Amino acid sequence: MNKLMSGNEAIARGAYEHGVTFAAAYPGTPSTEITQEFSRYEGVYAEWAPNEKIALEAAIGAAFAGGDAMAVMKHVGVNVAADPLFTVSYTGTNGGLVVVVADDPSMHSSQNEQDSRNYARFAKIPMLEPADSDEARRYIRLAFELSRRFDTPVFLRSTTRLSHSKSVVTLDEPREQRKATGAVKNAAKFVMVPAMARGRRVVVEKRMRDIGKFAETFSGNKVEINNPSMGIITAGMAYNYAKEAFPEASFLKLGMVNPLPETMIRGFTDRVDTLYVIEELDPVIEDQVRAMGIEVIGKEIFPYTNEFDPGVLVEAVTGKSPIKIRPELPALPNRPPNLCPGCPHRGLFYVFGKLNVFAAGDIGCYTLAFQRPLQGLDSCICMGASVGMAHGMSKAQEDGKNNVVGVIGDSTFIHSGITSLLNMVYNRSNSVVVICDNRTTAMTGMQDHPGTGVTLQGRETKALDFERLARSMGVDNVRVVNPLDLKETREAIKDELAAEGPSLVIARAPCALLKSKDGESMSPLMVERERCTGCRACISIGCPAISWRRFEQLDEPIPEKKTKKQEGIAVIDPAECNGCTVCSQLCKVNAIVEVRDND
Amino acid sequence: MTDSRKVTTVLFVGVGGQGIILAGDILSEIVMRAGYDVKKSEVHGMAQRGGCVSSHVRYGSKVYSPLPGKGDVDILVSFERMETLRYLDYLNEKSAVVVNDETIFPPSVNLGEEPYPDAVMEILRRYFPAVKALKATEMARVAGDRRMANTVMLGALSSLSSIDEGLWKEVLKEALPKKLVEKNLKAFDMGRKA
Ligand SMILES: Cc1ncc(C[n+]2csc(CCOP(=O)(O)OP(=O)(O)O)c2C)c(N)n1
Repeated sequence: MNKLMSGNEAIARGAYEHGVTFAAAYPGTPSTEITQEFSRYEGVYAEWAPNEKIALEAAIGAAFAGGDAMAVMKHVGVNVAADPLFTVSYTGTNGGLVVVVADDPSMHSSQNEQDSRNYARFAKIPMLEPADSDEARRYIRLAFELSRRFDTPVFLRSTTRLSHSKSVVTLDEPREQRKATGAVKNAAKFVMVPAMARGRRVVVEKRMRDIGKFAETFSGNKVEINNPSMGIITAGMAYNYAKEAFPEASFLKLGMVNPLPETMIRGFTDRVDTLYVIEELDPVIEDQVRAMGIEVIGKEIFPYTNEFDPGVLVEAVTGKSPIKIRPELPALPNRPPNLCPGCPHRGLFYVFGKLNVFAAGDIGCYTLAFQRPLQGLDSCICMGASVGMAHGMSKAQEDGKNNVVGVIGDSTFIHSGITSLLNMVYNRSNSVVVICDNRTTAMTGMQDHPGTGVTLQGRETKALDFERLARSMGVDNVRVVNPLDLKETREAIKDELAAEGPSLVIARAPCALLKSKDGESMSPLMVERERCTGCRACISIGCPAISWRRFEQLDEPIPEKKTKKQEGIAVIDPAECNGCTVCSQLCKVNAIVEVRDND
Repeated sequence: MTDSRKVTTVLFVGVGGQGIILAGDILSEIVMRAGYDVKKSEVHGMAQRGGCVSSHVRYGSKVYSPLPGKGDVDILVSFERMETLRYLDYLNEKSAVVVNDETIFPPSVNLGEEPYPDAVMEILRRYFPAVKALKATEMARVAGDRRMANTVMLGALSSLSSIDEGLWKEVLKEALPKKLVEKNLKAFDMGRKA
């Protein structure tokens, strides 16, 4: 049967067809849907882990027990999971273990553009890279076969373009699911103390040589000889761009990007005149081909940054721009992403913007609060960094003045903020941590997490209690505020900045999208035109539901001017507003009121 | 939209929340059932709503790249007037352009900091004399719900295509909840005749 599937859906499908029964992941664009889709198949177990390290460790356990298990993450998730990753490369896997990693060339939704293929070389783990959805379905199966055959973890690499584009997939019947046969003791293999690790270290080198030999005949490494004047070595999505840009060229398409098939590469090189390596991001293949002593054209013409398309490649090779028409255009206003109307983060970050504090931030929807007009967040490095950074900053400031807060989302706090809060207690920090607890992982599409009391597969479970957790770690100042109440929030933050010792403020109100999903809606607000003085106070929260209209843009009857300088009024779109009231708290003339039924 | 040797690219663009991704999904299914190889891809920002969104559908006897190069889009279907201008690099002299001639103000315009560009349609007509402009949101409202603007736009797109009208409607029917089918078919027809 043929079906249109995204790369992510196809990876989930392939794992299911192969009889894989275990998946653990932490959400992260563009990888999130793989685990969500997989969890819906019959007879499988899938879970959200608190972070990628824990996801990988769970998958290692399932593989040690003899099962087929995958851990799924975005590229930066591998940084978090790197510690177990590098050593499970030594122990091997017993069962099947695949790490699915999705890179994000162009940084569509990421903080950096790291190339995971470097991890495959660094950790000495084979890596497969499909080029379309049907290959994704087949390659995840090949990855599991490879894992068992060579007793190694295997990487399957995707990119945003593969994960989030759809192409035609031919479905296979699922084979029988393989049950975990049970863990078997083997200290020399599984207990990586130095004496044993030295032994395994040698095994790793031999394994990579063996897989290198296997790569020479691997079905995913393919030579296509057409016109021999241009030879292209490429892999993954870049293959498609190159095929379209240079349909006459000869190709070596690598389905396995680590280790490389040296004999095959040399053979291909001998059959073509000019050799190119076309790969997005780092020159991973190119550097290795050069190290074989082969002359090649690569990053001196193809970009290091951003994803490619066929036009980018043609321009790099021919020097001709693919742009065909160049009209003169007016300035086009941007449409930056924004916090939703009614988002509880808006109130909290309005307060930060007004108090003169450095808000060491973190990653989540709330990161958007760095933008105008809120300007309430001052740094973003990686998940969890806020808490550690706030601590370091307040320690480093000699004058003892405490003007730093660490601000972190609920999912992110669980991911990697808890031990940093403990550090604040241990090292007698004076700084303030604020959890913006919107009861979900909003940024990646509303996933549950250990704080919500519901699992990936929709079962009820215990919910983490942030207040009790903090108290038990020794945080004495713990309080909960409603971030949609500006006064309460401002006072709490000011009090805690003045307090001795570390403080935790939990700013708790559900995500606006969660609320609309639950059908819980507050009545929308409106501006009473005759009262509005046009002072723009309500505009300063950057709510998409509120706009500013000059008098001449308004329908009749035009309201009277309240001051000489007044140029217009604020208008609220009732279809967008969800009645959060942050704007009305800022209105000095009480012009913002609930929409009345007869309006 | 019929040349079987060549890859045809349709690019849908607009603002998050306008049903652009769904329109791309529906067209992909239609061309697949019409016997083509197809790849569909989308680009959207991080936020759930309000940012720029685009969706590429590419089809032909064999499609490699899910992304077109600049200058390679055959049909641009734009759901918002100004958004059309952001993608002109992707067009060529022969490209067809279908525009929902309606505006959604970006934040800086809403806040009175920048004007909404006023000469959009003039620029489009100068470069693409055959540009097809329609008031899709208003037509959708008349058909029963303004959120069906994407169906109106699909109707308008279908009039440029040689793929049988029946297939468009068959896929639409399957893609939508039962109670919305009738309204949407009406919206589709309005777009097709526009
Ligand atoms: C190591 C790592 N894993 C995953 C991500 C993707 N990611 C960014 S923020 C985030 C979670 C945000 O949830 P939360 O902290 O609850 O904030 P919200 O978006 O709900 O405001 C995720 C999964 C990432 N950037 N880095």
